Amino acid sequence: MSTRQKDAVSVHTAVPGTSVHASPLARTLRALACDRLALTGIIIVGVLLFAALLAPLIAPQNPYDLAQLDIMDGRLAPGSESMTGTVYLLGTDDQGRDLFSAILYGLRTSIFVGIISAAIALVIGASIGLVSAYAGGRTDAVLMRIVDIQLSFPAILIALIFLAVLGQGVDKIIIALVVTQWAYYARTVRGSALVESKRAYIDAARSMALPDRRIIFRHILPNCLPPLIVVATMRVAYAIMLEATLSFLGIGLPVTEPSLGLLISNGFEYMLSGDYWISVFPGITLLLLIVGINLIGDSLRDILNPRREG
Amino acid sequence: MSSYLLSRAFQAVVTLFVMSVLVFVGLYLVGNPVDVLLSPSATPAERLEIIQSFGLDRPVWEQYFLFVSRALTGDLGNSFVFNQPALDLILHRMPATMELAFTALVMALVIGIPLGIRAGLKPEGLISKSIMTFSILGFSLPTFWIGLIMIMVFSVQLGWLPASGRGDTVSILGVPLSFLTLDGLSHLILPAFNLALFKISLVIRLTRAGVMEIMQLDFVRFARAKGIPESRILRVHVLKNTLIPLITVIGLELGSLIAFAVVTETIFAWPGMGKLIIDAISVLDRPVILAYLMITVIMFSIINLLVDILYSLVDPRVRLEGGSR
Repeated sequence: MSTRQKDAVSVHTAVPGTSVHASPLARTLRALACDRLALTGIIIVGVLLFAALLAPLIAPQNPYDLAQLDIMDGRLAPGSESMTGTVYLLGTDDQGRDLFSAILYGLRTSIFVGIISAAIALVIGASIGLVSAYAGGRTDAVLMRIVDIQLSFPAILIALIFLAVLGQGVDKIIIALVVTQWAYYARTVRGSALVESKRAYIDAARSMALPDRRIIFRHILPNCLPPLIVVATMRVAYAIMLEATLSFLGIGLPVTEPSLGLLISNGFEYMLSGDYWISVFPGITLLLLIVGINLIGDSLRDILNPRREG
Repeated sequence: MSSYLLSRAFQAVVTLFVMSVLVFVGLYLVGNPVDVLLSPSATPAERLEIIQSFGLDRPVWEQYFLFVSRALTGDLGNSFVFNQPALDLILHRMPATMELAFTALVMALVIGIPLGIRAGLKPEGLISKSIMTFSILGFSLPTFWIGLIMIMVFSVQLGWLPASGRGDTVSILGVPLSFLTLDGLSHLILPAFNLALFKISLVIRLTRAGVMEIMQLDFVRFARAKGIPESRILRVHVLKNTLIPLITVIGLELGSLIAFAVVTETIFAWPGMGKLIIDAISVLDRPVILAYLMITVIMFSIINLLVDILYSLVDPRVRLEGGSR
């Protein structure tokens, strides 16, 4: 029996109010732990998340406290010693900023922006998708037309337009990322909600005269979660990458909010003169983060999609 | 068919309208372009004169109305910065972007399809596993960062290829093209490959998934039972059916390549319209931003329409319908 059918049965027979999802969740986690690639991804992302969360504790200096910077230490190669004797593990940037510390803080901003924007887009998109599937008819047609049109434009173009209008800032870039992402969630949720709403357990719930709201949120939504989780994982990675790209272009985050993209952009001009580390190390961090998330997402897709065998 | 075209055209006009209002009002609220236009030492009288000459003192709806009525005659306004028609500026830069995007698309197909087929035919082999690892990397590598690395390796360290500009161009029908001269070609390779990398991964994955799915279908088994040689099955039966979904994706990806060229053009100083729009955004050059937007929306609507029509030609089961799909 496929996972989906099992889910359907377990929801169908479960007593409302008890924890229905403990078992699928546990099963998914177990499957993830058995997948070597996924495990690698989890370790990478785990370490990076931890480093980002604890940045103020781990980082040798606060890279954005100007009092701690010494311009004399500018553009030192990785492993160099500063005037005061501390070692710059990954070198310094043009302003004498410890690159290791800057990366930790940048990681913080990048992850924060990625997760928050994905979460907001998920809530908005999933709600619209559910409404669209459940309402059907004209509402559905109009909503899905909007989704179609939006998805026919590349995300970066829409983000460019919004940032041109909104200007720079963390809140602005989150808005732009939400606007570019919600449609993916809406389409995914609508698709699986349509499939689920035709199943027998929904008929059963309807025949028991359960209120619409309950059917949508307690019966349909939980069964739409597997594809939603897969899309969300991939989208977080994409959001982080898009933010980095926009910041690199100089229209994303302002210089006062360090993100990995901005660090890479700072090092761009020094790269041609051979000071590779200012751009390379933040880039590797960004790459690791995205590869890690994508590995988890890839594996999740295989685990949660019962139609794909092997 | 004609009703389909009509409804699509209508849809494009609505999109155009919504986008232009959004951006027009947004830009109106955000900043005053006068600050960009004027030197700080300008007197209030000069300031007023500039404001009036650009019509910036009128209410926003009136400005928008003026913009639309001019736009309908092909006049999208003058750039605040260059003091040239915004439309000319963009059209002048467009061939460079198109050349870059098309080259990248061709690269994605030429490299991606064979690799994808190889990975799909023997999914368990070592080569296939390496191909798939490459494609995960291609998906994860941030385009702009890998562009920098490419410059560092191929231009700075090895000195093989130039890092910026378009090189020598040849003018064909008044359109300057780089790929026809050796120098231009050497300038084109790095940025085009940089832009193509993400799409190569995508094409590999799509082709592989398609091949794997189709190889298991009954008609392939039947063809084998009939004793048709494997190479013919691959060429005729499998490839053809794999290419159908690829067409849609490729069409949409062409649009995305044009949009993402913004990034590549910035890194490699490629003189296309992407670089123009980034500069326009940072100085709030309103007419250029609007003109870029109008042109891309129209371009995208046309590309999407062509893809749909092409798709219906390749796969007769797909009917073109006006409303919902």
